[in-house]
Amino acid sequence: MSQAPDQCPCFHCGEIIKGTPQWHAHIDDIAQPMCCPGCKAVAETIVASGLKDYYRHRTNLPELSPAEDDSTDLAARDTLTLYDSDAMQRRFVAHTQDKAEATLVIDGISCAACAWLIEHRVNQLLGVEKATLNLSNHRLVVSWDEKDIRLSQIFEAIYRLGYKAAPFSATADDDQRQRESKKAIKRLAVAGIGMMQVMMMAVPIYAGMAEQYEIFMRFTSLIMTTPVVLYSAKPFFDAAIRDLKSRHLTMDVPVSLAILLAFTASIWSTFNQGVEVYFDSVCMFTFLLLLGRFMEMRARHRMGKAGNNLMTLLPTVAYRVNQSNTTADDDIIPAEDIHVDDHLRIKPGQPIPADGVVIDGHSSVDEAALTGEYVPITKSAGDALIGGTINVESPLVMRVTATGAEAQLSTIVRLMDRAQQEKPRIALLADSIASRFVAAVLVVSASVFGYWFFQGNDHAFFIALSVLVVTCPCALSLATPTALTAATAALRESGLLISKGHVLETLTQVTRVVFDKTGTLTLGRLTLEEVTSCSELDTKILCDLVASLEAHATHPIAKAFRQFNRLDVTDIQHHPSQGVSGRWQGREIRFGRPDFACAKTVEYPQSETGQWLLLADDNGPMAWFLLDDSIRRSSAPLIAALKQRGIQVSLLTGDPGNSAAHVAGEIGISDFSIGLSPEDKLERVRAWQSAGDTVLMVGDGINDVPVLAGADISLAVSEASDLAKTNADTLLTSGQLNVIVEAIDKASATRNVIRQNIAWSLIYNLIALPLAAAGLVPPWAAAIGMSFSSLLVVLNALRLTRHNKSIRLKHNRQET
Amino acid sequence: MDIIYVLVPLSILLIAIAIFVFSWAVKGGQFDDLDSPAHKILFDDDEHLINKKKSSTSEKND
Repeated sequence: MSQAPDQCPCFHCGEIIKGTPQWHAHIDDIAQPMCCPGCKAVAETIVASGLKDYYRHRTNLPELSPAEDDSTDLAARDTLTLYDSDAMQRRFVAHTQDKAEATLVIDGISCAACAWLIEHRVNQLLGVEKATLNLSNHRLVVSWDEKDIRLSQIFEAIYRLGYKAAPFSATADDDQRQRESKKAIKRLAVAGIGMMQVMMMAVPIYAGMAEQYEIFMRFTSLIMTTPVVLYSAKPFFDAAIRDLKSRHLTMDVPVSLAILLAFTASIWSTFNQGVEVYFDSVCMFTFLLLLGRFMEMRARHRMGKAGNNLMTLLPTVAYRVNQSNTTADDDIIPAEDIHVDDHLRIKPGQPIPADGVVIDGHSSVDEAALTGEYVPITKSAGDALIGGTINVESPLVMRVTATGAEAQLSTIVRLMDRAQQEKPRIALLADSIASRFVAAVLVVSASVFGYWFFQGNDHAFFIALSVLVVTCPCALSLATPTALTAATAALRESGLLISKGHVLETLTQVTRVVFDKTGTLTLGRLTLEEVTSCSELDTKILCDLVASLEAHATHPIAKAFRQFNRLDVTDIQHHPSQGVSGRWQGREIRFGRPDFACAKTVEYPQSETGQWLLLADDNGPMAWFLLDDSIRRSSAPLIAALKQRGIQVSLLTGDPGNSAAHVAGEIGISDFSIGLSPEDKLERVRAWQSAGDTVLMVGDGINDVPVLAGADISLAVSEASDLAKTNADTLLTSGQLNVIVEAIDKASATRNVIRQNIAWSLIYNLIALPLAAAGLVPPWAAAIGMSFSSLLVVLNALRLTRHNKSIRLKHNRQET
Repeated sequence: MDIIYVLVPLSILLIAIAIFVFSWAVKGGQFDDLDSPAHKILFDDDEHLINKKKSSTSEKND
């Protein structure tokens, strides 16, 4: 595991730096190596704010590397000031007198120390009243004094720490979830406190005491149990009624029946001096069941990031160009006020708010979100623009041709909705067993009651009740959810977030994994692959030269050169879609497209893939640079591991070029198709599905969204567009593709645990049922037996979290 | 033993108060984030509060 002496990890983001580090930041008076100026800037901000303890506290490296995302640069700053406009603030800022409050969604939080860092930094700002960050849903609630600070400054502070922020406005769905979770906590507390109290009072009842005290104890127990049944157990009753109405038997039916029968029987006993009361059993039963459901709900809500919606995708304000056509006179209008034929100005770095046509300006536009193509596309007057894509280089003026529902983005959303409706439904094993089991339990209980009743046994009712409680499929109903929750938690640790219930069960049946290329199997960004020098200069100096020329550019090409030194280059000029020029040691140098860099016709070096760019001076070519999208390191091992498990692997890409063939060959995929539209991709997956395959689709772009929706399971990678993220069943948070294999293995482990659990609870029920039916089990013993069997099931399920560590270590070893 | 006629209702009253206080806390958002407080307590950002002299002598002893 030892590293070669000539490389060391970046102290801030952990990226391996080849050669001697060029940048350093002083932390605790020690110069720590930094991989890029971005990391250095962030580290220096952290130290300057007196928050260097972050490096001591953190348990995970930052999720977003500042090198990849240069929003700290000027381009983003301009966009940030938009947040100060009234049009924007109306949507998410609440004003009270001179204070304002807003909720922001923070992107890039990888561990609790990030939360600590952001909270402390924002609280330091003059004028910020209070900032609290919720670690479970990554939302920062901040209130500030509008006289002292502007919202854009708060945003900037967060960006400078290397995180991203977006305004958050709660949707109805989200409010609903919030209410549900608050209610569940209250219900659990009432049941828990009630249970403790009633059990305490049950002790003297069981121990036996003078009759007048016993009656008193029964009445007080009744008082304590009533809120537990009427309030805490209400969700079971509601669910049972709903299920009965839809003629569908679930666990909730016998659960409700057991609770209600035991409760009413105990009430009858209390008033008529009956033999036994079972208030303690009722409370315990309710509490344990609620606890199980509560755990499950928490696991579900932790996926809450999906609730942080799409607002970031489309800008919520736009600049409308007035008659005078000067930048200063532009109106800032909210996105919903954009009309067809409006003229809008789009500054560099800003997303395009609606579909339209360029009428003025010349720039390149990053359409990666829609097409997956990572190289920006040149746009000049007359070219079409698609809403949601990003203007990269210079200002553009556009005429709007379509907004809202007619826009291209919405078309994709509609395609996705349709695909989702037509998604194959998977019958869930536990559900079908449970429903048959429940019917059996009800029949048995009723016949036991009938038998003893006609035998003239006074206890007939309580025997039947015991049967109901003892066989109550509590263990059976816990068998699946606990195992799923444990496996989900374990996978989240390894970097895979599961947000739909069926995923783990379906994963065991996957027969074909389909990948998108750009951004999924590859990193989706340009890296320097090769340098061919055609002058006497050292390649290192040539790279430094390009880095200096591109120092302030926002184009993806510039990012490939971030790691090199800066030389003294002056007069830097950007020529949109062509290149950059500057002056170095008295001569003019140009870098960019070959025909731009060198006036003479030059011969291209041969290569199958990538993009050759030329650096030249007055005398002619100096060096060729090959830029390409590099393949993720974890791609090839993943494909090999999948094949080893007998799973078919396919590649579907929208990219028409021959780079797909190159990538497929490199990592060992033989089945690939190129140049597909989102509809084509969906068609392919449908064809496989009808041929009997269960398809796992892995993708990232908006163009993948329909096919993600149509596949049996969909997985979005961490850098995916928000639309893809929110609609995928699972999200890869670590960027390590081989977690997919771990997930498949974990899913089959989960299936085994579920089977063991179901087997155990069935055996337990088969033994307990005859005993209870013979009248040998009093209801309190039935309740304890039920609890122990549930506990066993839960403990068995927790094994799924324990094995996780060793698996992960193995993966890490493979990775290095 | 008749004291239980007072004590048991009293305990029920206390429980009622406890449940009321609890639901007030839930409503106030105390239980919205069950993850970060568990971590926050581990971040000792109180170095300026620690008496420097004492800590240096204890280091000598080590």
